[in-house]
Amino acid sequence: LKRKCFDGEEDIEGTLAGIKAIPSYNLQRQSLLDMSLVKLQLCHMLVEPNLCRSVLIANTVRQIQEEMTQDGTWQMINTQSTGQASLDRLVSTDILCRSSRDQVEGKHVPGYGTFNKDFESDQAQDSSETMSTASSVQAPRNLQSNMWEMENPQENKGNFQKSLDQIFETLENKSPNSVEDLFSEVDNSYYDLDTMLTGMMSNTKMGHCDSLETFSSPTNTASNSNCKSDLNDLDHIVEILVES
Amino acid sequence: AGFGSLMQDVLWCFSQVKGTIDTGVTEADIISTVEFNHTGELLATGDKGGRVVIFQREQESKNQPHRRGEYNVYSTFQSHEPEFDYLKSLEIEEKINKIRWLPQQNAAYFLLSTNDKTVKLWKVSERDKRPEGYNLKDEDGRLRDPSMITVLRVPVLRPMDLMVEATPRRVFANAHTYHINSISVNSDYETYMSADDLRINLWNFEITNQSFNIVDIKPANMEELTEVITAAEFHPHHCNTFVYSSSKGTIRLCDMRTAALCDRHAKFFEEPEDPSNRSFFSEIISSISDVKFSHSGRYIMTRDYLTVKVWDLNMENRPIETYQVHDYLRSKLCSLYENDCIFDKFECVWNGSDSVIMTGSYNNFFRMFDRNTKRDVTLEASRENSKPRAILKPRKVCVGGKRRKDEISVDSLDFSKKILHTAWHPSENIIAVAATNNLYIFQDKVN
Repeated sequence: LKRKCFDGEEDIEGTLAGIKAIPSYNLQRQSLLDMSLVKLQLCHMLVEPNLCRSVLIANTVRQIQEEMTQDGTWQMINTQSTGQASLDRLVSTDILCRSSRDQVEGKHVPGYGTFNKDFESDQAQDSSETMSTASSVQAPRNLQSNMWEMENPQENKGNFQKSLDQIFETLENKSPNSVEDLFSEVDNSYYDLDTMLTGMMSNTKMGHCDSLETFSSPTNTASNSNCKSDLNDLDHIVEILVES
Repeated sequence: AGFGSLMQDVLWCFSQVKGTIDTGVTEADIISTVEFNHTGELLATGDKGGRVVIFQREQESKNQPHRRGEYNVYSTFQSHEPEFDYLKSLEIEEKINKIRWLPQQNAAYFLLSTNDKTVKLWKVSERDKRPEGYNLKDEDGRLRDPSMITVLRVPVLRPMDLMVEATPRRVFANAHTYHINSISVNSDYETYMSADDLRINLWNFEITNQSFNIVDIKPANMEELTEVITAAEFHPHHCNTFVYSSSKGTIRLCDMRTAALCDRHAKFFEEPEDPSNRSFFSEIISSISDVKFSHSGRYIMTRDYLTVKVWDLNMENRPIETYQVHDYLRSKLCSLYENDCIFDKFECVWNGSDSVIMTGSYNNFFRMFDRNTKRDVTLEASRENSKPRAILKPRKVCVGGKRRKDEISVDSLDFSKKILHTAWHPSENIIAVAATNNLYIFQDKVN
């Protein structure tokens, strides 16, 4: 059973062990895909997207997509109903991103800190332990399930490709309306994501790690209105400049 | 010095540290580039706040032979200011990405400094005399009433306190749509190049309103973009030759004599992938963050996330030397991807004789590799080792279970303390290491 190396660990020998390992590999791969897509959206919101980083992440996403298409798992995951499947996906993302200590305490992982020694061994922990920490990650769950809710299995691939293309188009043609452009073809459940992330535009010096941490804090309605007014100021300034 | 040239005999000592001791780091103070000039007399740093600080080496005095000439502040100026691109609604950071010195041709010093969009040529000159005794104005500069002047005199130059002035002589703007990552002065001293993510432009120092585009890898359809330019440099002796590296781990050597647009490379350097090490992160860690010609011009050195490689210009299919910088991170790539550390761009440098190469790592560690003896050492830039002339103790990262007393385990490394920028004096064993907002200067031990 040929299996690609994930994160540098050794191949597991023996078909029985191989079969047991497959779900965790898929989960890890899926969480890597989720993480990458989140990163692409995030870097889109920051005022100065780093093109090299965006290209590398997009290439990683394409690689995963290609492999999942070859596996046949691409269709499999997206035909599942959204509720349970997305919850599983998010839990596995947590496992990947948290140290074993943080999982128990339910804390969000800091940007720089100690690393988990072996992700595979954490994967083997029973899922009940990780399910119990699910309640502490309310905000990221809403975010992620809103973003990547796939309603129609046949459209999945098309939507995915479209969002990648949109990302590159808007990287190219950054305009005051680019935030709206990115989400123009997406349903209204994205609205919360939109207003929360536009709050990051006003803080242009925020690093990527800080952005990921901000994800975890609950949205604040007061800050939403501030973000909107910042955007309005920007439009106002542009109007004045164009008229002059 | 008396210890010989083999690295095992070189003991590195702390010499100086510049910057604040405060634990809180002001983002504007983060050093973003370090560069010695061609004689090593001057050392320039650029920071995120757009400032350039130039240090000058003091004359060695016979009274204190062990000090070997310390570097003191010579000039400080604001090179770039934050700007706003109204068409794209983007801020343009004032962070200095690179500084490159021009060789000295007269009493003044010239350097190029660049942010993401604009390159500037700065002239740094000294003024230590001023004219005194004007006829038409008094010492304060106020005009005198001509009818009151009864005597004529010739103004004379009198010594004054040394003043170092920095003036922008040229501004090379509006030529880059994407972010500039490299500048390189050509050996003809008349031209230089600036490289961004997708294009490389050739400039003449005298002409600021136009440049030649010599490399363009932008696809017609941006959706097809899969590769960007990460670094570029001119050959040290052949003014027609330059190299540029990519995010896919390749290096292209181009000859400007073959065509105006160097889209076809003369040489293409790429190492075949090791299938046993393949993972989703393979491409990211193969992305080259820095490329440097050796002083001899015979070799190029590249830095990717985990290794430094030396290539012979005559052999394109693989590097002649590969050095592991921090291979213990290979099993942590997923975490490093999640917190974006995997995208950190480390630089690398040659020593003056091309026998030793140096690059940075995390936890304020930096590494040196002796190409002849194949020995390597890990050193740390920290305030704890900052006693004058204190010898730096080699550091070791423990990978396995048993950690010895002086070792540090991988999980204890501080990934916020990264050494991205280092510089080596052109002829002596003096190195400058930028650790966030502090600049460390180390020298080899003198008898």
